[in-house]
Amino acid sequence: SGHNLQELRRSASLATKVFVQRDYSDGTICQFQTKFPPELDSRIERQLFEETVKTLNNFYAEAEKIGGSSYLEGCLACATAYFIFLCMETHYEKVLKKISRYIQEQNEKIFAPRGLLLTDPVERGMRVIEISIYEDRCSSGSASSGSSSSSGSSSGGGGGAGGR
Amino acid sequence: MSVMVVRKKVTRKWEKLPGRNTFCCDGRVMMARQKGIFYLTLFLILGTCTLFFAFECRYLAVQLSPAIPVFAAVLFLFSMATLLRTSFSDPGVIPRALPDEAAFIEMEIEATNGTVPQGQRPPPRIKNFQINNQIVKLKYCYTCKIFRPPRASHCSICDNCVERFDHHCPWVGNCVGKRNYRYFYLFILSLSLLTIYVFTFNIVYVALKSLKIGFLETLKETPGTVLEVLICFFTLWSVVGLTGFHTFLVALNQTTNEDIKGSWTGKNRVQNPYSHGNILKNCCEVLCGPLPPSVLDRRGILPLEESGTRPSSTQEASSSPFPQSPVVPTEPLSSNELPLKAYAPEEMQSSAVAQQSPESPETPQEASGAEN
Repeated sequence: SGHNLQELRRSASLATKVFVQRDYSDGTICQFQTKFPPELDSRIERQLFEETVKTLNNFYAEAEKIGGSSYLEGCLACATAYFIFLCMETHYEKVLKKISRYIQEQNEKIFAPRGLLLTDPVERGMRVIEISIYEDRCSSGSASSGSSSSSGSSSGGGGGAGGR
Repeated sequence: MSVMVVRKKVTRKWEKLPGRNTFCCDGRVMMARQKGIFYLTLFLILGTCTLFFAFECRYLAVQLSPAIPVFAAVLFLFSMATLLRTSFSDPGVIPRALPDEAAFIEMEIEATNGTVPQGQRPPPRIKNFQINNQIVKLKYCYTCKIFRPPRASHCSICDNCVERFDHHCPWVGNCVGKRNYRYFYLFILSLSLLTIYVFTFNIVYVALKSLKIGFLETLKETPGTVLEVLICFFTLWSVVGLTGFHTFLVALNQTTNEDIKGSWTGKNRVQNPYSHGNILKNCCEVLCGPLPPSVLDRRGILPLEESGTRPSSTQEASSSPFPQSPVVPTEPLSSNELPLKAYAPEEMQSSAVAQQSPESPETPQEASGAEN
């Protein structure tokens, strides 16, 4: 449910945003850099972040995979003069929906409790993964920070203010 | 919370998109601003084929075979379908960077290059990347405020960055890029076949009929034939040549833009890193590869400003300690991202549903100015 996200909105204000850029070392396919942004250093474990980005990269690779099934889809669509797209969803669109669900899940489970929010790259033209960093308005160790740090491993015990 | 279902006009994102595009059917159709030559293309194809079906086909179907008009119809429908697909779809426009993103990139660039003194034009911003063991440079687009992906280019006519930019085609009234290149290729291919077909059967018709009633009588009976032959003749030379050229490009996985600029030719230049080295593989990838959906989200609904609350820009600026550019209303929303302004999404959707009336009329609507 979106309870964590709602709480985040009410209790936190947007501090800054970090943008993870595309990685073009493998051509024009959609991949994002797994380099850990320094601004997130105090907010989330490096490994968790990298895992999220790597999973996203795998999803995109699946969407753009050139193989038997994608050729079949292309040829079938061509044979119907592309009218079939009026009623059928492409493989790419299906994977994008999966990605959307995954990001929502990650936000709820991992990022929101740490005062972060991932934006689906599709809403930024597939250019970047936008990560919004929130600062807790209430500086003293109030209920919001207590409920947000579920794992307890995130740094900054009292006062959920960000590292800056 | 009381929900007032008012039939107010919903603002969709296409109305606020920067760039010089025209949108029709409430954002479903996207074209360039100049459409005159596109209408000419339509007129020529429709006109020629109408004449062909009305006159020559009736004679040939009886004299030779009814399959003749059938094949012509199939070719005609296929080329019209691909033409409309090419003209009306998003060629692969890369949306411009939002203010936050642009500021972030600028900071990164300044960190790498150092600040430029006031008054001096900053040097062209280039990043180096390695693709398949070759260095490829990324250019920074000053208009869109992004680093352009490889093979992308900024179309000055439409004022957009387009992925895998091929060229801007006035005949189809749109850019040709990643998302509509295959439609464009199939259009010129089917148009070539259609032109050859119509041309051939016009000659056959004239030949057959002349045997019976003489050449001049034939032309007097169906003067349209002369027109058709002329149009087909001139079209043949241009479209068939173009099809041959693009077949060559597809086989090598190159774009017209790269070919003109000579990106991959010449002694000191790198080889095309996108080619698979195999003609069949290149053709398959370009023509039947996966088709990415449009990221422009033309039909998304823009959030309305609540009357009485001040614009979000002042709210944002006061609450955040960082000198951030304000959150402008055109920022796209997602289901994950709850809006920071107070508005009821349910209200929006119910009013959108209540709006059953047909969308804006079929006449093209101009996108509201280039917010450059």
